[in-house]
Amino acid sequence: MANTFVAIATVTVGSGGAANIEFTSIPATYTDLVILISARSTGADPNIMIRFNSSSSNFSQKRLVGDGSSAASYGTYGEWSAWASASTDTASTFGNSLIYISNYGSSNYKSLSSDAVSENNGTTAYMTLGAELWSNTAAITSVSFVMGSSNNFSQHSTATLYGIKNS
Amino acid sequence: MPATYEPIATTTLGSAQSSVSFTSISGSYTDLVLVQTFPNSQTTGPYTSIQFNSDTGSNYSWTFLTGYTNAESNRTSNASYIRMGVSSYLANAICITNIMNYSNTTTYKTVVGRNNFGAPSGSMQETQAQVGLWRSTSAITSITISRVLSSTDFVSGSTFTLYGIKAA
Repeated sequence: MANTFVAIATVTVGSGGAANIEFTSIPATYTDLVILISARSTGADPNIMIRFNSSSSNFSQKRLVGDGSSAASYGTYGEWSAWASASTDTASTFGNSLIYISNYGSSNYKSLSSDAVSENNGTTAYMTLGAELWSNTAAITSVSFVMGSSNNFSQHSTATLYGIKNS
Repeated sequence: MPATYEPIATTTLGSAQSSVSFTSISGSYTDLVLVQTFPNSQTTGPYTSIQFNSDTGSNYSWTFLTGYTNAESNRTSNASYIRMGVSSYLANAICITNIMNYSNTTTYKTVVGRNNFGAPSGSMQETQAQVGLWRSTSAITSITISRVLSSTDFVSGSTFTLYGIKAA
């Protein structure tokens, strides 16, 4: 039987950093997509924003966030998907995130699930469970990530896109 | 690379149904992953639940950690199924459930899940982490997914896929 959890592409950020991480021309041959990100920001804002087909519109989200001292739930409009470690965090630490995108080629709205952490041995670290929705019926053919506050991804940040087939 | 994440079976509903079953599950994997999705046309609906090996006894329990209006946690013991969340409004929901060491005949069976319900309004969404337990040492050979707490069926377009994962 075929292996159905397939690495489609990997991006590793080189010296000098990168303004975004992007996967383009995603084949429509899979059922779901999984993205694993290990990232660090060049600035103090650790938020990573997701974009489908270059669109940053029609995203909404619910986040359950723990920061080491309390837990809270937030619901907002706008895209968000993952944590990086901030430039102010312990050196050489990278935030990790797992994003699951179901039925990315369908004509339904696109739902995604994200688990994100930014442990850094500091006074505050974050872990987040996220539910997100892109209210758009277009098939997803590209996924890109940008850092919050127009920061860049630091060198050694990585992201890998996997495809999962249900048959 | 060995094939370690294999689709065992998938069902896409062509019409409304109250339940879906996966039967004759091979014992040749280490863990199972169940992925359920519900389209945005499911404007009202039930909760989703699972039972193993057609056991309808009070042998299940679960605990939720949920982000909704607030962060909250709740649990139920001695239930007749494991409820998978997310909401009575299933539109755009994803439920991903990992079923650990499902074929052993020594221990009770534990599941770990992530249940998400997405709505165009951010304030309406819900995200959830879950643990569930089936108090049986039997190997899991079948899974039944049913609607609960509502008479509304799962709508056409809902998908249910079971994957098998092998340890190296």
